Amino acid sequence: MKEFKYVITDPEGIHARPAGELVKAAKEFQSAITLTKDGKTGDCKRIFGIMVLAVKAGNEITLTFDGEDEEAAYAAVTEFVKANL
Amino acid sequence: MEVYQGKSVFGGIAIGRISVHKKDEQQVKRVKIENPDREIARYRQARQTAMEQLQNLYQKALKEVGEANAAIFEIHQMMLEDDDYNESIENIIHMQQVNAEYAVASTGDNFAQMFASMEDDYMRARSADVKDISERVLSVLGGRTAGMAASEEPVIIVADDLAPSETVQLNKDLVISFVTVHGSVNSHTAILARTMSIPALIGTDIPLTDAIDGKLGIVDGRNGCIYVDPDEDTLSKMQQLKQEEQEKKELLQTLKGRENITIDGKKIMLYANIGNSKDLAAVLQNDAGGIGLFRSEFLYLERETFPTEEEQFQIYRTVAETMAGKPVIIRTLDIGADKKCDYFEMEPEENPAMGCRAIRICLTRPEIFKTQLRALFRASAFGNISIMYPMIISVEEVHRIKEIVAEVKQELTEQGVSFGEPKQGIMIETPAAVMMSAELAKEVDFFSIGTNDLTQYTLAIDRQNPKLDAFYDPHHPAVLRMIQMVVENAHKAGIWAGICGELGADQTLTRRFLAMGVDELSMSPGSILPVRKIILETDVTKERENNNLC
Repeated sequence: MKEFKYVITDPEGIHARPAGELVKAAKEFQSAITLTKDGKTGDCKRIFGIMVLAVKAGNEITLTFDGEDEEAAYAAVTEFVKANL
Repeated sequence: MEVYQGKSVFGGIAIGRISVHKKDEQQVKRVKIENPDREIARYRQARQTAMEQLQNLYQKALKEVGEANAAIFEIHQMMLEDDDYNESIENIIHMQQVNAEYAVASTGDNFAQMFASMEDDYMRARSADVKDISERVLSVLGGRTAGMAASEEPVIIVADDLAPSETVQLNKDLVISFVTVHGSVNSHTAILARTMSIPALIGTDIPLTDAIDGKLGIVDGRNGCIYVDPDEDTLSKMQQLKQEEQEKKELLQTLKGRENITIDGKKIMLYANIGNSKDLAAVLQNDAGGIGLFRSEFLYLERETFPTEEEQFQIYRTVAETMAGKPVIIRTLDIGADKKCDYFEMEPEENPAMGCRAIRICLTRPEIFKTQLRALFRASAFGNISIMYPMIISVEEVHRIKEIVAEVKQELTEQGVSFGEPKQGIMIETPAAVMMSAELAKEVDFFSIGTNDLTQYTLAIDRQNPKLDAFYDPHHPAVLRMIQMVVENAHKAGIWAGICGELGADQTLTRRFLAMGVDELSMSPGSILPVRKIILETDVTKERENNNLC
């Protein structure tokens, strides 16, 4: 399993649009990918689960990747997050 | 004649027939069914159709209102594909052996409720999105075509509220305005209305009855009201205003894309002043040549902690990239004790206008200054960024700034972080800076005159005090002479001088400034095209002769 901690810099946090793109990126991979904020966890392949976490600028999130393609998933998703959030 | 008040989301005047749009309240009944598998298949079919409808709406919106606003339909598609949403619906059908309509309506309500109870304004507004997609699926299940009745003549649509899909389907040729009872300034409806440039009102206190359907209406987007069945006077007055508005708009449209060049060939830099990266759209819409003043304070206000270097970097970089090579002049933080910024822990001052503010904070608390500088230097690698320092009164300050800048560049180099070579200028907004402008001009790459503060400090008048109106002359010759002196000293040292204060947008002074040799004018985006018109009609050489300036 791989883990990635990140502080959100986008002033709008994870609102609908990037949530949708994050879900799209996560769905490319077979691994289970989760996002945790303040002890609450959502499935990165479920847009409602992510939006409900209401991730804002300055929040620290933890992403976990677990599965056969976790290396590739980690690379792609963390790059997306760093570039867009 | 009746008048109803609302809140304007877009200005302008619309005159036409009113068409009241009533939404079909989808009556959903809970019906027991025999075959859950077939019902689930029926749901999936309807969902597929809904997805196709959304795809069409997305394409239409893409063409009409651009990618950023069309994205909502992609979001709707993702919501329809969401596992949580679909599992809920299919579970209800399977476990309770009930019709798809009931399962969709229940799920839609639950998810909408979940969003509606969130603290965040933005998330609460998403509740409408969930309702919209569920309504869409219900319409397909019921064999109804979602949408508005087509009208033959251009109308003013009056409705309770309008979902994003409904606003996009409005044929702009047949709809001249819309007025809703509900809605919010941040709703997608409002955003789309602004992009489509249709006068629109929300939160309007208007009854959705047949009595107003078909009547003549006038929407006054400037004052946020709608007149139903207007009397003669009102009608002719508004028609007149509308005519003037139209002529002005057409004239300005012919100015877009033209170079800011005087009759005798002098090029003027015509830029925009903005206070937030959200204003970037207005900058581009009004065809500004660049940003002459980007007030960086918004990064520091309305928060509890200092913005980090990373946060600042991302924002400066985004602005630079959005402006795609056009100059962006960013002013370093201009905060004082009068601004609500508790985490700065500034002591209250008797006289904040003359207190520890702007560059004085930066020079006495270099760690704050360096964070901003680091972010600016890093971002300058991504576009055409220049930096501007406010409230300067001496050459010594500029030397001290240069020392700190050198330290920042050294540190970035040692850390292997790439950065650009931004031009650095200063604001001339104190009488001291004016008097020292000859020396200061040798130290920096450009001057930008902040006429608001310069006038205040020079005339020793508090502009907020109405009792002093009799003494206040915004065109006081003292200030105009100062501007001339600054421009001359700038040119002697081979640098450019511009104006970013309110006087820059004052169209009665434009010719005079051009005659003085002002190289750049930066103003709120709405003034840019009118000022361009004046520039295009000015012959600087003739103006100088007329004003005996040499």
